[in-house]
Amino acid sequence: MKILTTNYITCAVKACKTSSNAFPLQFRDAELVQEELELNEEFIKNILPRIEWPALVQTAASLGFTTLPSTKPEGDLDEQMIKDLHTLLVETQVISGKLVCGNCQHEYNIHQGIANFLLPNHLV
Amino acid sequence: MPSPPQERALLPALEGTKFLVHFAQTHESFRQAELDSLAVYYNLPLEWVEYSDSSPFAIISLPTAADARKLIGRSILAKGVYTLWAHAEDYDTLHSQIQKQPHLFPPCQHHTFKFTVDTFQSSRSIKEQHATIASFSYLNLQGGISMKTPELHFFVFEEFPDRKNLGRIFFGLKLGDSDRDSVNRYDLKKRKYIGTTSMDAELSLLTCNMALCAPGKLVYDPFAGTGSFLYTASHFGSTTMGSDIDGRQLRGKKDRNVVNNFKQYNMSNRYLDGFTADLTNTPLRKARYLDAIVCDPPYGVREGLKVLGSRDPEKGKTPVMVGGIPGHLRPEYIPPKRPFGFEEMLDEVLQFSVDYLVDGGRLAFWMPTANEDGETGIPRNRRLRLDHHCVQTFNKWSRRLLVYTRLKDEDVVEETEEEKREREDKRGTADQLNGFRKKYFEGFKAQDAEEEAGKSL
Ligand SMILES: C[S@@+](CC[C@H](N)C(=O)[O-])C[C@H]1O[C@@H](n2cnc3c(N)ncnc32)[C@H](O)[C@@H]1O
Ligand SMILES: [Zn+2]
Repeated sequence: MKILTTNYITCAVKACKTSSNAFPLQFRDAELVQEELELNEEFIKNILPRIEWPALVQTAASLGFTTLPSTKPEGDLDEQMIKDLHTLLVETQVISGKLVCGNCQHEYNIHQGIANFLLPNHLV
Repeated sequence: MPSPPQERALLPALEGTKFLVHFAQTHESFRQAELDSLAVYYNLPLEWVEYSDSSPFAIISLPTAADARKLIGRSILAKGVYTLWAHAEDYDTLHSQIQKQPHLFPPCQHHTFKFTVDTFQSSRSIKEQHATIASFSYLNLQGGISMKTPELHFFVFEEFPDRKNLGRIFFGLKLGDSDRDSVNRYDLKKRKYIGTTSMDAELSLLTCNMALCAPGKLVYDPFAGTGSFLYTASHFGSTTMGSDIDGRQLRGKKDRNVVNNFKQYNMSNRYLDGFTADLTNTPLRKARYLDAIVCDPPYGVREGLKVLGSRDPEKGKTPVMVGGIPGHLRPEYIPPKRPFGFEEMLDEVLQFSVDYLVDGGRLAFWMPTANEDGETGIPRNRRLRLDHHCVQTFNKWSRRLLVYTRLKDEDVVEETEEEKREREDKRGTADQLNGFRKKYFEGFKAQDAEEEAGKSL
């Protein structure tokens, strides 16, 4: 799961959807991989307004990335900022580990980069 | 990596406002919808001057030749586009129409050129073709012939609608090719990882064009399976994300999987993610960040339509303990699933789209015109405008592609109390009439086994 994706993921349990504790999900035992990918500047610029910045800062910090500005960059982004965002959001992914809901404590597994959000019966 | 056609400078000789579109004679009912969608994407005032499903030739009007080249450059069902000089039912009329526009000739006279005679549903000998070409000698072209890289490529298209008699002749200059070669590039026969649910390349590309997939956009397929729509949405530049209730589909086998297909197509940087999820219990944060949703939802139980949960709503509401730990935490745990109605699922897809699409974002999906419960209605939602409804007919069945646009909330006309009551009444009666659920659950014996397995872990 890419770091960008975690910014769009919350707990699948319906009752958690409205809880502020459920977002962002928290990583546990995360194994990270970085893969060099061609920069798509247009995408980074378009997606930035649709990012929940505080959640991103929190997720990044929990994985050891502490260089993000504390508030979302506004206006014209400089080249370095775009590259840094690309590296963190698109080139970095968690290939195994768990995502945990801060509200219901349910754990979602990530295996070979693919997270599993299927719920057991008692949570549906 | 595929990229849009190069912006070559256009010679003045190619300018015009009426253009001939040469279509592939296939998926006819989708052809106008595709170009209309591209016109929305490029914000061009496309007008149809002449069009018929029975002909590969259509005439459109656009402000400039560059617009026409750009529009057709992304089309899958068009083959090419031409600046149209004249069209007629016989050669005498054609020539006299061309000769009435002598101002068109000088800009052509000092460029290398080539002539092609292309005959639809008949054929011409080389000798006949040469005679046809010679009949245009009054253009007085001085630039010299170039067979390989002509600056100007004149085309004479002849159409024989009944295969016997010449119906129409079109004369024009080639402006550009379409993106039809991509049908070959994404051909399932050449794709490393496919499955029984993969959608053919031509229709996947078409679907993504109609969903306005484009560079910089984020596109999602909630029933991604083997990823057919992800590749074609990324082909048009989008960054894509897919999920499926059956994670094995995305994961594939060994090195045959969605990630490696993206590698095969040299588009890895446009694949954001794949994850396992049930659309009706989505983990996606509810906000409007998706530019398009493209999918082929499961049609029924046989095609794997299911959602999380137990058939019996009372059962399994407390975790089952196995050897002191909750069964659902064991790695081999498979959550139980239950059947779900197709129409209910489509309503979920529409509501999901309302909740997650940006203003102007599009939802494009396929559905059969009938399934095991009979004729399927076209689902509606007030926040989605139905833009296109195209039908593909097979021998024994047919399916349709539905394309909707997410309206701005302020443009939505709210349902009146009376309309709401009517809708609910109708739904109630329909449920009673078709005995739909009963039939559905009967056909679900196999799923029971899976559910039991899930519980016993
Ligand atoms: C018609 S197939 C789509 C296949 C896909 N277009 C491809 O290229 O392979 C429908 C898919 O929906 C999945 N599915 C069924 N129920 C689902 C649900 N509730 N949520 C998400 N996916 C589901 C099935 O596993 C199946 O892969
Ligand atoms: Zn939760």
